[in-house]
Amino acid sequence: MSFFKKLKEKISQKTDAVTAKFKDGLTKTRDVFVGRVDDLLHRYKKIDESFFEELEEILISADVGVSTVMELVDGLRSEVKKQKIEDPQQLKPLLSEKLVGLFHNQQLQSGLNIEEGRLNVIMFVGVNGVGKTTTIGKMAHMLKQQGKKVVLAAGDTFRAGAIEQLEVWGQRVGVEVIKHQAGADPAAVIYDAISAARSRGADILLCDTAGRLQNKVNLMEELNKVYRVISREVPDAPHETLLVLDATTGQNAMSQAKAFGEVTKVSGIVLTKLDGTAKGGIVIAIAGELNTPVKYVGLGEKMDDLQPFDPEQFVHALFAGLMEEYDEGNSLDNP
Amino acid sequence: MAFESLANRLQATFDRLRGKGKVTEDDVNEMMREVRLALLEADVNFKVVKEFIAKVKERAIGQEVLKSLTPGQQVIKVVNDELTQLMGGEQSKIALASKAPTVVMMVGLQGAGKTTTTGKLAKYLQKQNRRPLLVACDIYRPAAIKQLQVLGEQLKVPVFSLGDQVSPVEIANQAIEQAKAEHNDYVLIDTAGRLHIDEKLMDELKDIRATVNPHEILLVVDAMTGQDAVNVAESFNQQLELSGVVLTKLDGDTRGGAALSVKAVTGKPIKFAGMGEKMDALEPFHPERMASRILGMGDVLTLIEKAQANVDQDKAKELERKMRKAEFTFEDFLEQMAQVRKLGPLDDLLGMLPGMNKVKGMKDLKVDEKALNRVEAIVKSMTKEEKQNPELLKTTSRKRRIAHGSGTSIQEVNRFIKQFEEMRKMMKQFTKMTDQAKKKKGKGLFGKFPFMQ
Repeated sequence: MSFFKKLKEKISQKTDAVTAKFKDGLTKTRDVFVGRVDDLLHRYKKIDESFFEELEEILISADVGVSTVMELVDGLRSEVKKQKIEDPQQLKPLLSEKLVGLFHNQQLQSGLNIEEGRLNVIMFVGVNGVGKTTTIGKMAHMLKQQGKKVVLAAGDTFRAGAIEQLEVWGQRVGVEVIKHQAGADPAAVIYDAISAARSRGADILLCDTAGRLQNKVNLMEELNKVYRVISREVPDAPHETLLVLDATTGQNAMSQAKAFGEVTKVSGIVLTKLDGTAKGGIVIAIAGELNTPVKYVGLGEKMDDLQPFDPEQFVHALFAGLMEEYDEGNSLDNP
Repeated sequence: MAFESLANRLQATFDRLRGKGKVTEDDVNEMMREVRLALLEADVNFKVVKEFIAKVKERAIGQEVLKSLTPGQQVIKVVNDELTQLMGGEQSKIALASKAPTVVMMVGLQGAGKTTTTGKLAKYLQKQNRRPLLVACDIYRPAAIKQLQVLGEQLKVPVFSLGDQVSPVEIANQAIEQAKAEHNDYVLIDTAGRLHIDEKLMDELKDIRATVNPHEILLVVDAMTGQDAVNVAESFNQQLELSGVVLTKLDGDTRGGAALSVKAVTGKPIKFAGMGEKMDALEPFHPERMASRILGMGDVLTLIEKAQANVDQDKAKELERKMRKAEFTFEDFLEQMAQVRKLGPLDDLLGMLPGMNKVKGMKDLKVDEKALNRVEAIVKSMTKEEKQNPELLKTTSRKRRIAHGSGTSIQEVNRFIKQFEEMRKMMKQFTKMTDQAKKKKGKGLFGKFPFMQ
């Protein structure tokens, strides 16, 4: 059975609704990315250096990391030499497999580390303006739908209006927000939030933090302090530290993942703003170069637009066009 | 991120070429590949890179580089020249309407930093004795209005809001009426973040634009944006006809290739750069610095220029002579310190030096300006004789007097004197080294700034 058929079957077992949502959210990505790869494969009669260069450009334009791209294309180059492939059409299965292969480094577990019967603490970190507070709002909604008792901690005491923003989300979703005044010590807010969450018998505490650029030493220290307070107060906590990344971010995403990973042991990534414009290539880069799984993606502005990330679904949504054609091509070749 | 600076990478190529005596077109091609990679790694859009490389190559293959004795440096110079030119040299000035109020509209994607930038811009205008009015037109994001109000309170700038149930067009319109009545000379309209492909929300911006006729429409762009920056800028520009760009979060460690992409596709000047969390951290944009940053060359060119402009050449020569003879005194030290400090905060200067972020321990180095002030106070508390003759400072009573005069402790004075002696020794060694090196190369930058090692 072909690789894609296996993938397809796996996916058809999953609920259609989620896949549809995923597909819709990624329409733009798919159109641009797959469309251009396809166009490239059709346009070239022969595989030559400029073909590879153009392929490099397509991948890079989707924000797939430069080094990942170079590795992938170099791999293709040597395959082409070895198998003496000349027709670009023949390259298609090889290319698709290589692209999909990038995701295999990705750990497949995408759910959150949440256990019954304990207070689960989830910390959100990231640079300014990636959508941490919005993601917390969406996640609170999601968890509440699952019947969990959720408490939010307004740990962004720095940015003007951040506490109010979280409060609005708290009202919308119907969960309690623990807060101090603006300018308060974020570690103290989190400390209070933990005891509040405990006394209310909450299942999950979502901790907001202020956005900070990863090269600001003092601010990263502050974040580390929050992290230490959590792990001191609750054994094994934070059970998840989610790095929120803006999907439109370029190569700097790597630097963010590394720096935040150092001070807070990031356990997963939430990729926001993946709808519409974003190309999401950075997902490939992250999968290829870091060992942190992408756990959720933000696909829109509505409350329920946070979706669990499933690498297989993502690949399917992204390469749907390629795969279908590939299958057709296959059936023509092997009747 | 293991960005290797372009300068280092090119150097490797040049080192191989050194023995060859002549640079061929193939060699140039190889160099261009390095330049291309550096630009792509810096998030410059691939289309922009392509055009750029073609241009540079033409110049490089033409007479300029091949015939030069130092082709490597020539390539860097050509790349830098072209890049600076592409970034544009326009003065970042904000429009001023002939009839007040001047209306400025801030637009951009979600999370780019529009509201924060609006606040910073208000502060910037305030410093020029303007009276801005902030207008809260972001009725969608929870607490966006509150955010602007808090900023307005901090800055003591009025904020106009009609809550989140009135259309942004109406809010903007009424705000301008109020500005006229209250004699505000600038109206800064903060709009909600939106995707450039969201037709409904883009139409809203067009409506605001048609209603209030802004003198300035600034696109706020996150400096960390990747390849998509081109599409965003192009689309906003087509639909709204931007007048300029503000680049935010440039105080991060991103190369900021987005700046180049945005400039290249819109042709609109980048007017300001957001450089920090504080409200006064909005700076005029320097195209030439950005060029070097994208290439990862540090700001060495700016530094050289700055040094040339600010350092008194005669004094520098005199200092150099003294250093060589180890006649360096506390007076010279003070002089030198003043010269270096004229160039700006030391943190910035160090950051401009290429490779500085690579030196172990240097990356997070923060120069303590306060400590420098204390050192200055110590030297200034010395008598004229003491300044000229460091040998006098062996007696405790002198040290005690200096400590007293400078508000420091004897320990601090001792430590500084010891450091000073070590520095003198080092200078002696250093001048020996540079004398040897001089046979090969000219005098390095460090000859001028012994502090920066």
